Amino acid sequence: MPMPTAERGFPLPSSLKVVPGTEAAQAAYPYYMQFTPGDDSRFWFYNSMHFPEPMSAFDMVTAEAAYCALGAANTRVHCLPTTLGIDYRILNGRVYIGGNAVTDPAEIARRTEEFKQRAFYYYEHWEDLYKKWREKMLALIGEARKLPKVELPEFEPLEHVRAGRGIASNHYLLETYQKTLEGYFRMWHHHFEFLLLGYGAYMTFFAFCKKAFPEISDQTVARMVAGMDAEIFRPDEEVRRLARRAVELGVHAHFPEGRKVDDVIASLENAGDAGRKWLDELATSRDPWFNINVGDGFYHYHRSWNDDLSMPFAGIPGYIRLFQAGESLERPVEKLQAERRQLIADYRELLSSDEERGAYDQMITLAHRVFPYVEGHKFYCEHWYTNLFFNKIREFGALLAQNGFFADTEDVFQLTHFELESAIVDLMTSWSTGSPARGPQHWPQKVAERRAAIKEWARHETAPALGPVPDIIDDPAIVMLWGITRESLDAWLDAGDGGNASAEIRGFAASSGVVEGPACVVRSVEEISRLKPGDILVCQVTNPTWAPIFQKIAGAVSDIGGSMSHAAIVAREYGLPAVVGTGSATSRIKDGQRIRVDGGRGVVTILQ
Amino acid sequence: MVSSGVIGWFETLGLGDRAEVGGKGGSLGELTRAGIAVPPGFVIKTAAFEEFVCALESQAPVRARVAALRAGDLAAIRECSGELRARLQGAELPPGVAAELTAAHGALCERAGGEDVAVRSSATTEDASDASFAGLQDTYLWVGDAAGTLDRVRSCWASLYSVESISYRRDRNIAEDQVAMAVVVQSMVDARAAGVMFTRSPTSGDVSVVTIEGAWGLGSAVVGGEVTPDRWVLGKITGEISVREISDKHIEHRRASGGGVEAVAVAEERRRSPCLTDAELGELRQIARRVERHYGCAQDIEWAIDSSGALRLLQSRPETVWSAKDAQPAARVAADPLSHLMSIFGGKR
Repeated sequence: MPMPTAERGFPLPSSLKVVPGTEAAQAAYPYYMQFTPGDDSRFWFYNSMHFPEPMSAFDMVTAEAAYCALGAANTRVHCLPTTLGIDYRILNGRVYIGGNAVTDPAEIARRTEEFKQRAFYYYEHWEDLYKKWREKMLALIGEARKLPKVELPEFEPLEHVRAGRGIASNHYLLETYQKTLEGYFRMWHHHFEFLLLGYGAYMTFFAFCKKAFPEISDQTVARMVAGMDAEIFRPDEEVRRLARRAVELGVHAHFPEGRKVDDVIASLENAGDAGRKWLDELATSRDPWFNINVGDGFYHYHRSWNDDLSMPFAGIPGYIRLFQAGESLERPVEKLQAERRQLIADYRELLSSDEERGAYDQMITLAHRVFPYVEGHKFYCEHWYTNLFFNKIREFGALLAQNGFFADTEDVFQLTHFELESAIVDLMTSWSTGSPARGPQHWPQKVAERRAAIKEWARHETAPALGPVPDIIDDPAIVMLWGITRESLDAWLDAGDGGNASAEIRGFAASSGVVEGPACVVRSVEEISRLKPGDILVCQVTNPTWAPIFQKIAGAVSDIGGSMSHAAIVAREYGLPAVVGTGSATSRIKDGQRIRVDGGRGVVTILQ
Repeated sequence: MVSSGVIGWFETLGLGDRAEVGGKGGSLGELTRAGIAVPPGFVIKTAAFEEFVCALESQAPVRARVAALRAGDLAAIRECSGELRARLQGAELPPGVAAELTAAHGALCERAGGEDVAVRSSATTEDASDASFAGLQDTYLWVGDAAGTLDRVRSCWASLYSVESISYRRDRNIAEDQVAMAVVVQSMVDARAAGVMFTRSPTSGDVSVVTIEGAWGLGSAVVGGEVTPDRWVLGKITGEISVREISDKHIEHRRASGGGVEAVAVAEERRRSPCLTDAELGELRQIARRVERHYGCAQDIEWAIDSSGALRLLQSRPETVWSAKDAQPAARVAADPLSHLMSIFGGKR
């Protein structure tokens, strides 16, 4: 890390205490993610972009698998010259991370040579490698779908015996669990195979634009690069399509605002051919496009649209009204593409020389080549695969609950993945020996303790960063993925120094436009239903799967996120004013307060 | 409108005529011909000034008197200025010029449906793009009738011999026989709000934004620095408004009852309201783009909007500060396009 500055800094990790009464829950996390005294010399920041809520013991697998794969890609595979991987720690359920910069010039030079042989090869063969990537990813999804159902019969099925299988069902529990876990770790390697390279090409173009046009907004650069037909738009497009089909089939009256999903489906089932036809259409949308989480996919309770249809159904009545009012509901992809071409050409014309225009062409061409991956991977990785993964773990939860380990299926997520394996082995043993399993005596009390701890942790705010502030932040991974710069840290420090008294909150200008309205502070996905038309959504992190409610709200503000976050992209498509990456909006804005969002300037003003 | 010997209507003029009609006259002609809304008007060409000065020279030297002054000799310059300005102000206009000007004024009033005009100096030197020089001459607003106009034309001519003007020329050793003065006469805009805009950021030099400044009433309050204008920054291409600074505009310049301009206090409720709507800002941005495209270089523009919401340009001149800097390209085309990536992956150190 660069040399820390003496005068300003955040609290040291060692000064942060485990919330009293939650010590056991904190100790449950593996030893290698606990802070140690040596960590005081380094800079850490709370990764509230990916982990805005306290992490349960099992959900930490996401951090483990992701940082394992991210670090491997940076450190060993592509050999990024100036950075290795990202270290992580957990305290009070909050995940802190720290970059691992390379500062020795000789080492940077050595890694640069490696980088050029590796990363440049990827850029040169991007389309081929990306095509292979999709095949690999679909195969991985296929394997995960094929994993056997998690169950233990009383007696081994006769056909297994007569087929001479020889291996009993309890063994397959372990195999399925290990394959499930292995697949998840593997998926994260796929996730990071291209990601930093993709962001790097985007950042290269971004930095050029900022130099050539010092006052250009982040969102304008984003608009020049963003694709129009990325997978991430598809789920919302399917909701629009379903709304259109409801009108065309004449079943739209079955979708009054606020009716429960089960009631809608029941009434369609009794609505004759047209109702059944619509339900068939729903089925085609669901696989695969509703395999999208209502969060970022990092928490077990971010269920997919398929698991809980209330999110897509919440959007249907509004879309039906728009369609009846004569709007096509189709995303005008060609028009959007033409607009993007025009935007690129117009900025190109402003450049001062052909030399500069040549560089611009080279950089934007590269950004366009790599960006489909940056936009597309999330659907396959964080949504589709992650959804399969958590649901498979849920099957283990159900089996363990049946066997008295847990009161509730969801309790399984209060165990680390190591502990879960031990519980499974416990169950396997008990099934084989015929003796009672030990788990039912062991886990319920721990689960209760950890659930209580998470509730308690959620009530406590945590420092946005820890340790000394580096003079410069030169780690492309940190800058690209978290938008953290020396300037943003200074702003955080200012906020801590009493800047909170100001009625203005600054963030990234994500989507232009000015709007005033009541703030609806949503701290978790479950609270989405509180949003009323005209509200301004204030949340820790916005998510593209919230798109169907974007038609309802007047603006959006988030604590975390950059102008290239998917939420920003979707907000721009909806023409919805949005400010992201404010750092503190959810703690400074009170529910119901009137606020003004100026998405062009990146400023939120508390009006009362 | 038919132009005669010393009168040139805007429709017939362009930048190529600057030697005869000055920088401002040429620019207003150029804008008019490019289809940009400019209040109608005409220019009294430098030939009229020549004729006027020649008549004076025959009585006593004018230009030679100035040319003999030493740069920095403020006392002498002041004395010379006072004397020459009195001579110019007191002299009759050549009869032919007066007749043509009166006729043109009549035609303009008929066309615009009102008597009120602005009379604005439009000086020229060999280097007609020198904007700073143009700023030293006088402008008269809300001039009533033909007689008043004639008088103000004479005042404009006389302003060429103001202390500031003479000093400026002496400091730069500009030859007096290369200096001439045309005068613009154009219909007044009854400005609800007015100001300036820059097609290149005055602060960062960014060519992708348009900076608009404006205040209530006539633009003279903004140009003269008597009021802190509202300020907006718009993406030139996108129209995004990235900066909105609404200031306390305590006074505005309005028409004085006896002609001319007076500073009037702005009512409390208007002081802090924006003087332009977003739609008007968008319209100004479009005009800025058209003007810049037309000239092929960054422009500093003066604008006014009347009570009906009609926008008019009063002036456009090339931006000079940033254009004069030798800017480095943000990047150069590379033999290997991938080498650009090292600006991110290679580190800042």
